[in-house]
Amino acid sequence: MEQNTQLLQDVVIRFSGDSGDGMQLTGTLFSETSALGGNAISTFPDYPAEIRAPQGTVAGVSGFQVHFGSHDVHNPGDKCDVLVAMNPAALKANRAFLKPNATIIVDSDTLTADNIAKAGFTTDNPIDELGLQDYNIIHARITTMTREVLSDSELDNKARLKCKNMFALGITLYITGKSTSHAHEYIDSKFERKSHEVAHANKQAVEAGYNYAANNHLIHAAYAVEPSGLERGTYRTINGNVATAWGFMAAAERSGRPLFCGSYPITPATVILEELAKHKELGVKTVQAEDEIAGICTAIGAAYAGSLAVTTTSGPGLSLKSEALGLAVMAELPLVVVDVQRGGPSTGLPTKTEQSDLMQALYGRNGECPVPVIAASSPGDCFHYAFEAARIAMEHMTPVILLTDGFIANSSEAWRIPKMESLPTICPPLAERGEGDFMPYERDPQTLARKWALPGKAGLEHRIGGLEKNHLTGNISYEPANHEEMVHVRAAKVAAVREDIPTLSVAGDSTGELLVVGWGGTHGHLCSAVEQLRNEGKSVSHCHLNYLNPLPKGTEEIFGKFRHIVVCELNEGQAAAYLRGIFPHTEFLQYNKCQGQPFSIEELKSVFNEILSK
Amino acid sequence: MAEYKYTPADFKSDQQVKWCAGCGDHAVLNAVQRAMPEVADALDIPHERFVFVSGIGCSSRFIYYMRTFGFHTIHGRAAAIATGIKVANPELSVWVCTGDGDSLAIGGNHFIHAVRRNVDLNIILFNNEIYGLTKGQYSPTTKLGTVTKTSPYGTVEHPFNPGELAIGAKATFFARTVDAEVGLTKDLLVEAAKHRGTSIVEALVNCMIFNNKTHAGFAADKATRAEHTITLRHGEKMLFGADRKRGLVLEGLQLKVVTVGEDGYTEDDILTHDAHCEDTTLHGMLAAMKYPDFPVALGVIRNVQEPCIYDRAVEEQVEQVRAKSRIKTMDDLLSSGETWSIE
Repeated sequence: MEQNTQLLQDVVIRFSGDSGDGMQLTGTLFSETSALGGNAISTFPDYPAEIRAPQGTVAGVSGFQVHFGSHDVHNPGDKCDVLVAMNPAALKANRAFLKPNATIIVDSDTLTADNIAKAGFTTDNPIDELGLQDYNIIHARITTMTREVLSDSELDNKARLKCKNMFALGITLYITGKSTSHAHEYIDSKFERKSHEVAHANKQAVEAGYNYAANNHLIHAAYAVEPSGLERGTYRTINGNVATAWGFMAAAERSGRPLFCGSYPITPATVILEELAKHKELGVKTVQAEDEIAGICTAIGAAYAGSLAVTTTSGPGLSLKSEALGLAVMAELPLVVVDVQRGGPSTGLPTKTEQSDLMQALYGRNGECPVPVIAASSPGDCFHYAFEAARIAMEHMTPVILLTDGFIANSSEAWRIPKMESLPTICPPLAERGEGDFMPYERDPQTLARKWALPGKAGLEHRIGGLEKNHLTGNISYEPANHEEMVHVRAAKVAAVREDIPTLSVAGDSTGELLVVGWGGTHGHLCSAVEQLRNEGKSVSHCHLNYLNPLPKGTEEIFGKFRHIVVCELNEGQAAAYLRGIFPHTEFLQYNKCQGQPFSIEELKSVFNEILSK
Repeated sequence: MAEYKYTPADFKSDQQVKWCAGCGDHAVLNAVQRAMPEVADALDIPHERFVFVSGIGCSSRFIYYMRTFGFHTIHGRAAAIATGIKVANPELSVWVCTGDGDSLAIGGNHFIHAVRRNVDLNIILFNNEIYGLTKGQYSPTTKLGTVTKTSPYGTVEHPFNPGELAIGAKATFFARTVDAEVGLTKDLLVEAAKHRGTSIVEALVNCMIFNNKTHAGFAADKATRAEHTITLRHGEKMLFGADRKRGLVLEGLQLKVVTVGEDGYTEDDILTHDAHCEDTTLHGMLAAMKYPDFPVALGVIRNVQEPCIYDRAVEEQVEQVRAKSRIKTMDDLLSSGETWSIE
């Protein structure tokens, strides 16, 4: 390695190119290599909704950011140390994400007049136009060099050029001191069976990129990051959507109820359905429904028949499911609805993240219609909260909404694999035949859950439905007092979930100047910003909500011990408004962002500093 | 054949039936309660495995009157909810009670997709050509020009014929009955239950209050029904009329009503009903026959056995993958693929 290698705690690399350039795969392979080498990682794919937007345009730029470190990295990082730009449009799109001393590796073959114009530059010099003169720019002729190294390949020119991304991967592996062996193994497992030539060419390109970097004295910067001191255990990389799917499968195993998923494809939630559809070996049944409504309705049917039923969607789909969700509340059936939030309203920003469905999750139904709402806060803990959502749904006989978001759904991190025996057993209140007629709405005195009476069990025949019903028999009842009783008991049942979830805790001191309150997928950024300010000696603590309804015990006590509270969320202040309703005497400041992007640590720190200076 | 010795009373709940006096739904309820003991014996299904699912509308109140598992759901969604029930537990005998508005307007999408998937459901489609529970608005089966509360000058939209729609979507079983023919209804329900895949029984029912006599032209009484309907039976000649002298022939690509013994037609010229024919063309034409030019077709119009039955196929795929996979538990899955240890 070069002599001027910098030993760093963490490094951020951003891969960027056309939608068809294979940047997502390049980034994934790089992050897996980092993780296998013992680094903590956090990744963030940032891609357009269009599958192949016009080539060479800024609209078509697809990015993948990897943050790897020797300490536990909580987020993919604000800005990058290294940018790989496969064309001028990628340079332009990522100008804002560069750290001051960043290294830029650009495929100089693509800096043609035509491409420069397509990317919307007004001069013929994109470097100067973007003010990048003082950055460490490596002009690598990636296209030419890839073509040359594959000159003996049987592949046609187009197929050869598809290996450009592997050449770029090779360069980045070298400058970060990583080996190419994982990339080789991946390529073998992915391509060898389909085409030996394709596999061989890709491996050649990785090696060529690696050797180019090793031999090229223009590379001034190289980075080394020590393996991280993560907790002992066995790890794998996982993204939020896969973790969500696995969490449900784990809950199925721990409850003994078969898993059923009825869903309709929608970005960015589709991967959960795809993942569940893969795992028939564990008894998972999936229905790709004709629409969002059928997605939840098939799930409600499966819940009625005794399955752990889930439906997965994003904001617009949750809107479509809301009437059926009311039926599940009324019928008191266990069901988990996952909303992988994206920018809204309407079609909004399908591939970008936002937290703007909180109010919809809490209140978006007709009638008095309470449901528990919980939110996952990192890719890995989607597993835990999916498991929790399923546990609460089944043990409390209620639909539950699990909120994740496009950011944690698509991001990956190194995740410590749990042992199944360490997870709690889930005990749904299954009905057994008793004396006399079965009373479907008789309740457990503690949880207020009714019994789950599965069709096929003799003596449990009963009728339920969406009409208001007698509080015991389940028969239709229009009796005024009975309706009010049922409204109250449905609310009390959801409120009783509070007894069954952990007490809220604070990261940092339990009293102080400023309490940062967040919920869901902003955890990593808030946590890093607060940690950094605490290291500077500031009186800041962080309290993160995963259980939104009901709020956990201890919430009010925590809120009472800080001079300022700021609620930070990727919307216009929905959690802040919700908390003000529950704690009318507490003052909540708010910090909001609605750009389809996660928070940056820098912006958070400056907001917190400003509040602290008051 | 099992012998459960159930009686219709075993399928009657303690709830008071609240349909209007004279409503055709009463007769269908009666037929269903008479059919269930036969279905139980014929298919070896004990009482606790029957599930009735409905949407919204007068006919969807049906499930409260059955002493079986019952789920009264939301408008239009019964077919989707029933699909979930059947896929989750294919051992259940799942019945859907739905009206013309419920299944063909708000629930049209779920209806055609249940048919397309060939889920093993038995759908009883109560067709009174009107919205009754909301008090008299036109439905997707209301005849063109009908005056209703929401069409005070007559409707200006064509109705669906549920049979044409279902057969067009390649339904594997479609039968039609009228409310007054309780015996026929019962027989068709038993046939529907025996058929594996989606079965649709369209029951033409009268709404005394908001659309009285909409089917009366061909269904008013026994004599009218004899002249203006034809009860199709697989393998039998398509003959109708009190004296069974009229019948159906194909002339070119059109059906035609002829009289045996007139214009040179003999009984040999009359079509023989083949409910098992895979091709939908003739079934579609039979389902489309309209009063007064044609007799309205009753009985099992189409009954074909498709090998792919959705709920069973889902189950079989799970079993096949399970048998082959090395992953047997979540622990196996969690530790599969690329992992690394930190000591």
